Amino acid sequence: MTPPIEFEIRRRTLLAGSAAIAMSAGLRPASAQDGAAASTPAGDSTTTVTLTVNGEPRELTVDNRVTLLDALREHLELTGTKKGCDHGQCGACTCTVNGERINSCLSLAVMHDGDEVETIEGIGTPEQMDPMQAAFVENDGFQCGYCTPGQISSARKVIEEIRAGIPSHVTGDLNAEIAITDAEIRERMSGNICRCGAYANILAAITQVAEDQA
Amino acid sequence: MRAFSYEKVADPAAAAARAAEVEGAKFLAGGTNLLDLMKLEIETPVHLIDVNGLGLDEVTETEDGGLRIGTLVTNTALSADERVRRDYPVLTRAIAAGASGQLRNKATTGGNLLQRTRCPYFYDTAMPCNKREPGSGCGALTEGAFSRQLGVIGTSDNCIATHPSDMAVAMRVLDATVETVTPNGMTRRIPLEEFHLLPGDTPQEENALMPGELITHVTLPAPVGGTQKYHKARDRASYAFALVSVALIRQPDGSGRVALGGVAPKPWRSDEADAELPNGARAVMAHLLEGARPTEENAFKITLAERALAAMLAEE
Ligand SMILES: Cc1cc2nc3c(=O)[nH]c(=O)nc-3n(C[C@H](O)[C@H](O)[C@H](O)COP(=O)(O)OP(=O)(O)OC[C@H]3O[C@@H](n4cnc5c(N)ncnc54)[C@H](O)[C@@H]3O)c2cc1C
Ligand code: SF4
Ligand code: FES
Ligand code: FES
Repeated sequence: MTPPIEFEIRRRTLLAGSAAIAMSAGLRPASAQDGAAASTPAGDSTTTVTLTVNGEPRELTVDNRVTLLDALREHLELTGTKKGCDHGQCGACTCTVNGERINSCLSLAVMHDGDEVETIEGIGTPEQMDPMQAAFVENDGFQCGYCTPGQISSARKVIEEIRAGIPSHVTGDLNAEIAITDAEIRERMSGNICRCGAYANILAAITQVAEDQA
Repeated sequence: MRAFSYEKVADPAAAAARAAEVEGAKFLAGGTNLLDLMKLEIETPVHLIDVNGLGLDEVTETEDGGLRIGTLVTNTALSADERVRRDYPVLTRAIAAGASGQLRNKATTGGNLLQRTRCPYFYDTAMPCNKREPGSGCGALTEGAFSRQLGVIGTSDNCIATHPSDMAVAMRVLDATVETVTPNGMTRRIPLEEFHLLPGDTPQEENALMPGELITHVTLPAPVGGTQKYHKARDRASYAFALVSVALIRQPDGSGRVALGGVAPKPWRSDEADAELPNGARAVMAHLLEGARPTEENAFKITLAERALAAMLAEE
């Protein structure tokens, strides 16, 4: 017989806790956040960068705080890329940098000097849609459409990532070729949330493109 | 977000020297954790040293048959590396179980080890938190707090946060070592076991790095073989942090190693628990989780850890 796992339940610290709340509301001790440490930038707070966006070189002088997402939307007026959560949780801001999909909300514009960025505007136009865009239309892969640019940017790369042999959480044999299955597509698309719940049709659109390309 | 200045540096040693020289400086790698926290003003660096482009983005083979992973190797690249998939599959499995495809494309090896806790009170700046504001109290231990996600062992009365990384749990079971360069240009090797610190009275001190010290590589010893698995139990099937995760390496004779994620301020493993592996999941957990102090809300993690390991052992 093996011994049981013994443990003691931790009691909540009511008194210490409420005292702490009172303190944080009023008499907060000085801390790094309150400016005890250095609080002014050590140099310039703007930077000039050149990005190639949808094939065109664009020079920008931006506050260092500007994310790639805000640079695209507010400075370059490419509003196709959407802001959902601004914290890497929803995927609405997905675009590609040097051919890889990323969350543009968690990247600074100044980190991308010399990089090639592709947004939904560069993927296709209403007159000349990319196959993935056409498949989303054909399969009703959206309702409100807010998440759609991110979904499409992600979806195109998902197919490439599977073909390049990049494993996912649901991949079986790590050393074999990866099959394009519903499970693989769903897992790889989990970083793109759709508040309208168009998932089934998004999956159908991606599957259709993968099959057409095969 | 607070204003900050930004620079790129020529080489790793220069990066470390600059970081020590400029007060309030931080390194910027993938940015997926740091920028998130800067937006919330939980992190308030006044200067960012961008370490991308320092050439630390390759996985090379070491003389003793292991791998040396540059700190800027992305999580995607590391999980897909042929040698990792073949010889260290637990690492591929752990990385693929974390975050999303987009995030893994930016997340780096060093940044992943240094990502900060996902404790909801650390994120909520209206609440006390000893890690964010030393001495203010622990929001997670106040009456009515939600502690479901938080730690059950290795914690203290000042902080019960967990380290959220999946990758680090696999690296711990593989006996990885962190390589650094210090501000005066020296290199250091820190076993991953000693890299993350327990909170004690100073939960704001999270790792063994000195101010300005830069992670340059993580090395893995020669492959140990065996059957390697990573099981992540979470509230959603994908794209959620672990409630409990188990990294397992099991040899044909039944011996092996076990590390846990989601339960402690660092990947949790012990030699005594490893030695119990031939005796089953309960025997392992009786040692590994001995002295655990869960809250009422997260005591389930103890049962969950045992059952997860039992299920993994039964699979073969
Ligand atoms: C929505 C979401 C879900 C997530 N889910 C998971 C999950 O399920 N599992 C998981 O494991 N992770 C998860 N993550 C976390 C993700 O893995 C981390 O954000 C990422 O690994 C951090 O790496 P980075 O390169 O972007 O780090 P950065 O944000 O660039 O840096 C993080 C910290 O490390 C420091 N740093 C970076 N490089 C170095 C270096 N070389 N030397 C010294 N200091 C350095 C920085 O100064 C900073 O303090 C998730 C993140 C998000 C946003
Ligand atoms: S558990 Fe740690 S991180 Fe969470 S509120 Fe308490 S001190 Fe802060
Ligand atoms: S806006 Fe970037 S992930 Fe939500
Ligand atoms: S279509 Fe509305 S959020 Fe996806």
